[in-house]
Amino acid sequence: MVTYASFLKPNTKSTVELSVEPSEIQQLAYLAKLNINNDTVNETASSITEVLALVDQLQQANTEGVTPMAHPLDAIQTLRPDEVTEVNVREKFLTIAPASQDGLFLVPKVVE
Amino acid sequence: MHDFTIAEMIHHLKEKKFSSVELTEYTLQRIHSHDKTYNSFISINDEHALAQAKAADQRIALGDAPALCGIPIAQKDIFCTNGIRTTCGSKMLENFVPPYDSTVVENYNADGAIMVGKTNMDEFAMGSSNETSFYGAVKNPWNTNCVPGGSSGGSAAAVAARLVSGATATDTGGSIRQPAAMCGLTGIKPTYGRVSRWGMIAFASSLDQGGTITRTAQDAAIMLQTMASFDAKDSTCVDHPIDDYSATLNDSIQGLTIGLPKEYFGEGLNAQTQSRVEDAIKTLESLGAKVKEISLPHSHLSVPAYYVIAPAECSANLSRFDGVRYGHRCDDPKNLEDLYTRSRSEGFGDEVKRRILVGAYALSAGYYDAYYSKAQKVRRLIKQDFVDAFNEVDIIAGPTSPSPAFEFGAKSTDPVAMYLEDVYTIATNLAGLPGMSIPCGLVDEKPVGLQLIGNYFAEAKLLNVAHQFQHSTDFHTLVPNHLKGGQ
Repeated sequence: MVTYASFLKPNTKSTVELSVEPSEIQQLAYLAKLNINNDTVNETASSITEVLALVDQLQQANTEGVTPMAHPLDAIQTLRPDEVTEVNVREKFLTIAPASQDGLFLVPKVVE
Repeated sequence: MHDFTIAEMIHHLKEKKFSSVELTEYTLQRIHSHDKTYNSFISINDEHALAQAKAADQRIALGDAPALCGIPIAQKDIFCTNGIRTTCGSKMLENFVPPYDSTVVENYNADGAIMVGKTNMDEFAMGSSNETSFYGAVKNPWNTNCVPGGSSGGSAAAVAARLVSGATATDTGGSIRQPAAMCGLTGIKPTYGRVSRWGMIAFASSLDQGGTITRTAQDAAIMLQTMASFDAKDSTCVDHPIDDYSATLNDSIQGLTIGLPKEYFGEGLNAQTQSRVEDAIKTLESLGAKVKEISLPHSHLSVPAYYVIAPAECSANLSRFDGVRYGHRCDDPKNLEDLYTRSRSEGFGDEVKRRILVGAYALSAGYYDAYYSKAQKVRRLIKQDFVDAFNEVDIIAGPTSPSPAFEFGAKSTDPVAMYLEDVYTIATNLAGLPGMSIPCGLVDEKPVGLQLIGNYFAEAKLLNVAHQFQHSTDFHTLVPNHLKGGQ
């Protein structure tokens, strides 16, 4: 049994559909290139539903006129001079690749 | 020798009481003979460490060596090390040997620190108990039936067991401060952008920040001095002057105003933990600090905002693991799709998969505004709470974790219960502020942490307050019973 701090009790009055169906999990898993086997898909769906119930509390917040925050210090992307500084380390990278051939990463045949 | 703090080791090396080679040999031997109990290391790097120690001794003999020269430390296994396996606690990177050093490792190497090994951690830093590591759970030296906290649980256990005096760590939602609290140690998470993330394997890029776990604030100041740098290779690193962290440790805290957020002392906080934290605040008052109740009104939205933003960024970051360029690759892939899917499914553990799926959900069409964009707006509200608070107070204090270390398995099947472990630490990551945890007593023979939160780039102030607290208390010198008497 989880003891929630009073301010953390998951909100039961959700404003979006909370229950994630196993079929949705399979679709998400497909997009994320993960296999979720049929034995565990219900369990995964229910644990993700729980997580979504937790995050659904965000809907209570009044965020009208608030700009989304991307960097804690609102820093902007630093740019460097457009000059080539990196040396070619192809060999080093190929050494740690699971499979390579003729200086290239090897993958299963893509075009028949 | 293992009872020495980093500051003491530096002194003895200088006085030639022992050499770095002797200290390193002793440290390695101690790790080999004691770490079977704790599992705090994923790799122990004898050869590498001894070569570094020989070089350090030569450098010390020449005089003018940097403070950390010759001191054995451990690196969390999230920092890439050139030619040395870096797993990030995952099967995905079981055989990954990076072809380069992270900037953090480069900085420690440049100062002559000795890397004796790589510490265990929750897989890809996703966890608060170190139970998600592919390399097995880490045991808390204070009570081996309990978790050490996470994700930097290996770093914390290694320091608590006196295997090393300092270790690097990372903190995305509390992963330095919570294990430091649970293992009776001093942990500091600097301001976002203070420490380079280059070569630090990414979990949630807008929240991740490197820091240290040591026994004392004085040692934290020494370690952070080497770690902090501006790095053009990390585009989110901030070019801001770096203070001399040791210089102000002894400053008086007379007149310092400490804010106590009322939201951090409510229901859900273990009563005995609360009492230790309140006693610690009284100690700070006795040193001349003033306290003021404050409010961080959006605190209750920290965990929800975090569990949208962190998984969303994790799902994007972890898409790089495809079985093609590095990392785990499945056997005999039928086609490209099968290569991607099976490599990832075999390489990632359950919690990592869960977070990728939550992130994919939050970022998917139709949900982006309701979740991701909303969470980023709430994040600004949370930051603004702190900005307002720091107009009135110098630092903020409260508990690090709701309760002391819990037993293995107590929360591992309930993700939401585990996520609430970080209820007091997450907001500082969302706001990008520096935070510390320092030991403030025991509950049931298990350590409890006092959390200190500072304004942006106020690491020196936090370390000063922590050092002054440690100057008048002895909680940071407590050791688990079985380690007493030189064990």
